[in-house]
Amino acid sequence: MAATTEIQAPRSGRVAPEYTRHGRSRGSFEMFAWLFMRVSGLVLVVLVFGHLFVNLMVGEGVHAIDFGFVAGKWADPFWQVWDLAMLWLAMLHGTNGVRTIINDYAEKDGTRFWLKAVLYAATAVIIVLGTLVIFTFDPCPPNAAAELLPAFCPAP
Amino acid sequence: MSKTPAGTLYRGREGMWSWVGHRVTGVAIFFFLLVHVLDTALVRVSPEAYNVVINTYKNPIMAILEAGLVAAIVFHAFNGLRVILVDFWKKGPKYQAQLLWGVVGLWVVVMVPFLIRHLTLAFTGGH
Repeated sequence: MAATTEIQAPRSGRVAPEYTRHGRSRGSFEMFAWLFMRVSGLVLVVLVFGHLFVNLMVGEGVHAIDFGFVAGKWADPFWQVWDLAMLWLAMLHGTNGVRTIINDYAEKDGTRFWLKAVLYAATAVIIVLGTLVIFTFDPCPPNAAAELLPAFCPAP
Repeated sequence: MSKTPAGTLYRGREGMWSWVGHRVTGVAIFFFLLVHVLDTALVRVSPEAYNVVINTYKNPIMAILEAGLVAAIVFHAFNGLRVILVDFWKKGPKYQAQLLWGVVGLWVVVMVPFLIRHLTLAFTGGH
């Protein structure tokens, strides 16, 4: 039974040169990425659990979600900021996680480069799109059927 | 007896399987997130477009997939807190295996009421 092995603190402050895939040090980026995963993870636990509770557990749950529900939430700056923070933190946290996985499993330089290029492009598109939607959203669009809109929209 | 070589920290036990689970759930959540931002972006197209797509979430099959998504999120969240404890709490590395069983216990405590509520809503139509 080998399970009693004592776990020691990491001894190396750096990766030995023979184990690095790139030539030289990239400064402290990896340390900040590591720290960001922990800090953003803590914040995301609160943001995502709150998001799931309000959207799935309260009232009629998922059945209540429609355009009027989203419009009602985003009429309130509180939920705009909540969802914006969740969008940015979750996308950056997830992108860094997938970056780590690509670095672990894609051994060819070209494969890693292209997988990460696709990843970063997708991340940029989703973050920009999501941010624009939250800030340019009109809860009472003209020419929309009144019964689909939240109650606070003026009658057409 | 175990064939695990002495001194191999992660092989085949709590440490390795929690690491595998964290990766698998993380990737699954990430791909859902991409789709979820796109479906939500339909509010910017028209109320009708958003409602049509969001209504496809409101059936029993999607409810079960949602339950799987929430199960993945809750595990990833609690195991993430465990990783933070392993990294920052002095005794975290020593108790990493026990912490995983704490994660599993908390996961059950959260998932049971969630599933009762969510599946009740899903299968009774919520009206």
